[in-house]
Amino acid sequence: MCSGRVDLEFIFRSFAKGQDGVFIGGCKLDECNYTTHGNYDALANTYIAKRLLKHIGINPKRLRTEFMSGADGHLLAEYTDNFSGEIRELGPLGTSEGLSRGELKIKLESARKLIPYLRLVERERLRVPEKTKKAYTSFFESYETKNLFDKIVSDKLAISQILLLLKDKALSTSDIAQNLDLNPSDVSKHMNTSSRQGLIKYDTNSNCYALA
Amino acid sequence: MTFTEVDQVEGEQGDFKIRLKTKPRYIIEEKCTGCSTCTEYCPVQYPDAFNQDISGNKAVHVYFSQAIPLVAYIDESCLYLKDKKCDICRGICKTGAIDFNQTVQKTDINVGAIILSYGIEPFDPGVKDEYGYGRLQNVVTSMDYERLLSSTGPYEGQVRRTSDREHPKKIAWIQCVGSRRVTEGDNSYCSGVCCTYTQKQVILTKDHYQDAECTIFHNDIRSFGKDFERYYQRAEAYDGVRFIRSYASIEKENPENNSVVIRYSTFDDGVKEEEFDMVVLSVGLNPPADSRMLADKFGIELNAHGFNKEIHSNPVKTSKPGVFVSGAFQGPTDIPESVFTASGAGSQCGELLDYRRGNLSRERIYPPETDVSQEEPRIGVFVCHCGANISSVVDVPSTVEYALTLPNVVYAKEQLFSCATNSAQEITELAKEKGLNRVVLGACSPRTLEPLFRDTLREAGLNQYYLDMANIREHCSWVHSKQKEDATKKAQDIIRMSVARAAWLEPLQEFDLPVNKTALVVGGGIGGMTCALSIAAQGHEVQLLEKEKDLGGIARRLDTTIEGMDVQKHLNDLITKVYQNPRIHVSHEATITDVSGYVGSFVTTVETEGQIKKIKHGASVLATGATEYEPEEYLYKENDAVYTHLELGEEIAKKEEKVVNAETLVMIQCVGSRDEKRNYCSRVCCSHAVKNAIKLKKINPDMNIYILFRDMRTYGLREDYYREAADMDVKFIRYEPEEKPQVEAVEEGGRSILRVTLPDPVLGYGLELDADVVSLAAAVIPSETTTKIAGQFKVTLSPDEFFKEAHVKLKPVEFAADGVFLCGTAHYPKHIQETINQAYGAAGRALTLLSHDTVVASGSVCVVNEYDCVSCGACITACTYGAIEFKETPKGKKAWVNPVLCKGDGVCNAKCPTDAIVLKHFTDEEIFGQIDAAVTDEEIRKQMDAAFEDA
Repeated sequence: MCSGRVDLEFIFRSFAKGQDGVFIGGCKLDECNYTTHGNYDALANTYIAKRLLKHIGINPKRLRTEFMSGADGHLLAEYTDNFSGEIRELGPLGTSEGLSRGELKIKLESARKLIPYLRLVERERLRVPEKTKKAYTSFFESYETKNLFDKIVSDKLAISQILLLLKDKALSTSDIAQNLDLNPSDVSKHMNTSSRQGLIKYDTNSNCYALA
Repeated sequence: MTFTEVDQVEGEQGDFKIRLKTKPRYIIEEKCTGCSTCTEYCPVQYPDAFNQDISGNKAVHVYFSQAIPLVAYIDESCLYLKDKKCDICRGICKTGAIDFNQTVQKTDINVGAIILSYGIEPFDPGVKDEYGYGRLQNVVTSMDYERLLSSTGPYEGQVRRTSDREHPKKIAWIQCVGSRRVTEGDNSYCSGVCCTYTQKQVILTKDHYQDAECTIFHNDIRSFGKDFERYYQRAEAYDGVRFIRSYASIEKENPENNSVVIRYSTFDDGVKEEEFDMVVLSVGLNPPADSRMLADKFGIELNAHGFNKEIHSNPVKTSKPGVFVSGAFQGPTDIPESVFTASGAGSQCGELLDYRRGNLSRERIYPPETDVSQEEPRIGVFVCHCGANISSVVDVPSTVEYALTLPNVVYAKEQLFSCATNSAQEITELAKEKGLNRVVLGACSPRTLEPLFRDTLREAGLNQYYLDMANIREHCSWVHSKQKEDATKKAQDIIRMSVARAAWLEPLQEFDLPVNKTALVVGGGIGGMTCALSIAAQGHEVQLLEKEKDLGGIARRLDTTIEGMDVQKHLNDLITKVYQNPRIHVSHEATITDVSGYVGSFVTTVETEGQIKKIKHGASVLATGATEYEPEEYLYKENDAVYTHLELGEEIAKKEEKVVNAETLVMIQCVGSRDEKRNYCSRVCCSHAVKNAIKLKKINPDMNIYILFRDMRTYGLREDYYREAADMDVKFIRYEPEEKPQVEAVEEGGRSILRVTLPDPVLGYGLELDADVVSLAAAVIPSETTTKIAGQFKVTLSPDEFFKEAHVKLKPVEFAADGVFLCGTAHYPKHIQETINQAYGAAGRALTLLSHDTVVASGSVCVVNEYDCVSCGACITACTYGAIEFKETPKGKKAWVNPVLCKGDGVCNAKCPTDAIVLKHFTDEEIFGQIDAAVTDEEIRKQMDAAFEDA
């Protein structure tokens, strides 16, 4: 199994199960044991996951990927010590982020729901033509890519969170905005789109939205 | 058999009687598990030979961490062996492996052939005072430095100076130490590997210490290997790395800081002295120290340098029939050449002994497998003490107790050494007795022992994929020796995760694919024919395809090699042998139109002389060769006195007057190589130029011959010919790529001449040469069919568009696609002997496949759930093995995995938007099981409560 097999789902499932940090170790870049160079996919996934973590208010530092060979035991030790130190400083998931357990649950759940979509996005929009560390870094760290990602993800993520929130009970637009720390006008926009898509319905009596 | 030497050799090819002498290691190999507890308790500190005596080791130790067999030995520093003072290790060893009564053992064996792979001895700079080695503390050899850089080295990967254990900041490398020198004690030849290994050391140093200043004092930079030119550029591009072309001598040591002063000179600054914190001597390769003695023992002839005396038509042979030679005992060689000469020697032994193939092999019979897939998981957990390796840190009994509390675990037990034969048997028996259907081993890394324990499960009638190994040694006890309590907890965590995964494990079938015994060889040059003959000599049918009307390839245009081998005679011999061999079937004017199938059963469709042939074969060898670049520069094609080296060679062979009677002849090297368009060295041209120059000088000693070069790359033993040419007054003038020579045709005194001008860095002013003939070292480029054939066989190309081997060092004749092999110049430019070596190598690898009736494909491959597949093709683009394709199904076009081609990396899994593609043995459920079990619910609740209370 290759580090490229490390699915976005593995990462978010780990956080959802209460892990405070996730570390991915892969073979050294350009030294593939297969011919796939799948560790570059692991690198791309790391960038994507970090961006998504940022969107749901979780410190992206809680995810780390490092590449080393079988003979680099000292590096693994160094990275592990360093990473556990960092995570210890951040504390349990949510604490340094100021997220309650309920909020965490909804946010992570909404992120996980986006994963199949993100796999498609990765293929269509986020693929780096050249397999070099430099090309990956400059692509994923560029303003354009970040912007593109934000555009692609933020609406989907907001709707996903709203739907999860409405699962428990019907809420008004302002309740939703407050609950998810979103702009009320954005929420109205999402509510319109979602009701047109038949995902939710509006109850005129209570002024609340509920799942359709 | 390690620790063993050949004592006596008698007999002939096919029937050698050999007496072996095995030195006592004072350890019973079968009993030692390599746990190293003895080393820990041994009181004797002794210089560690593996780490160049820089750091210490114990009298009893495993030679190095990847040693095979992973078994300790006791050296002469042992107190018991000296005067029976101490036998602590004997008391410590729980398997009773220590045996001080061992003596030298003599064994007689009977073999049909012998392969000598004696390798090299690094040059010892201590033999010459001028190198300062042994005299100045901070002068080390490249071997020393190699160990310093290694994470298993003397300072665990830290580079430190001998004098003060500080990290050196300014490091100098001196190249050609012991090589390319005719002085007493040095070698006249080029060692061939030092330029590139130095660049590797520089890159690793910069990786270790970003601000290190690295200076390399060198003669020619010989980056003649595949991808070496780019590697050189990478090393050179670092900040703080200087490559200085100068002779460098070690002047003195600064008494204050033990730094070393080097004296050198450059064109710009003249003679200079500079101080370095550390100096690395890039030492060359010597033949084995006792090579003369070995030669006598085996009855083989050596050359003047002490390497095997090459038989040019077959460098794997020695002068004694039945004795073969592989690796650097042929002469200085790099890793890929060592690997393919090894396979080549194997193939030649096969030619000799094919009639006895398989006589000594025995088949294993396993009990029939029970189908337990419908049963509830019944997991057995075995926790290994590994002597004291695990149990001195991890509380094994309480871990066993803990395992019993885990879901689905019905049995748990501790074992002293799970890998010992009796323990493995115990697992087999208990599995049957307790009705276990899955086994978790809390022991070591699956890398080494998983095959053994899979076997144990098979013995119990269980599917071998019902095993999971929880690595509580490398991942736990070895790294947490000081945190016993936490380590025990971690071991339990690891086992809990493993148990969770085990519950999801599925039985998987490995399957046997039949192997068609025919080989297809594409390309009828020296490489293809040599390979075809070697395969045919081992009883296999060979289909040999040649795109031209005649066999021979580019070698048809070569008269002799630099060593004097008659190429045409050799070629004609080969061609005759090919046509006379009833097993070799040649197709002329052949074009491949289609290739289908996979390892063991390919079908290749060929158009040949107006016919269509469908060839079924089990293995494919691609030997499609290379061709010569047609220069667009230096008036080539415009002026008929401008030749390429190949053409010049042909003219010399014909004794063409215009050429042999020329007053002045200028050769220009690197035409179309080592530039932006072709960023590689064509490897053969320097020797080619020297060969032509020597020939011309022998015919016409008065001829003025100039060779304009960038770096002379007459690597290995060819260096002697470079020197011979210089001694014959052939003039070598270096030029820089920024200031290439200019050639113009002028008329002077009624005579047409070619005026070659170039700036000379040594003279400092422009140089003007009036030549009658100009010869160009035109690049070696891949033949035009390479790209098409690569596509047909689903193999890849390197950036320079030669075939890309599976691994540049370790798999130089294989492709990543199973069952497809390569050799010759289609791989990279190379000399004829190198092609012959590689052709035998490819034959050897092909035989490894063809000599079996079946190949086994792993059970851990991907499979598509058609119902979930949305036909997006994401998996297909992710797979570099070409293992996935669309297939028409009743539900429409769906992805389908060819299990034979799938290598089980699982990259496709992470790409599938619907989770339709699944890597067996690493399924989502299995991994989710592990993830979910990583932290217990209870633990999470506890932590969360604590955190939110604080907040």
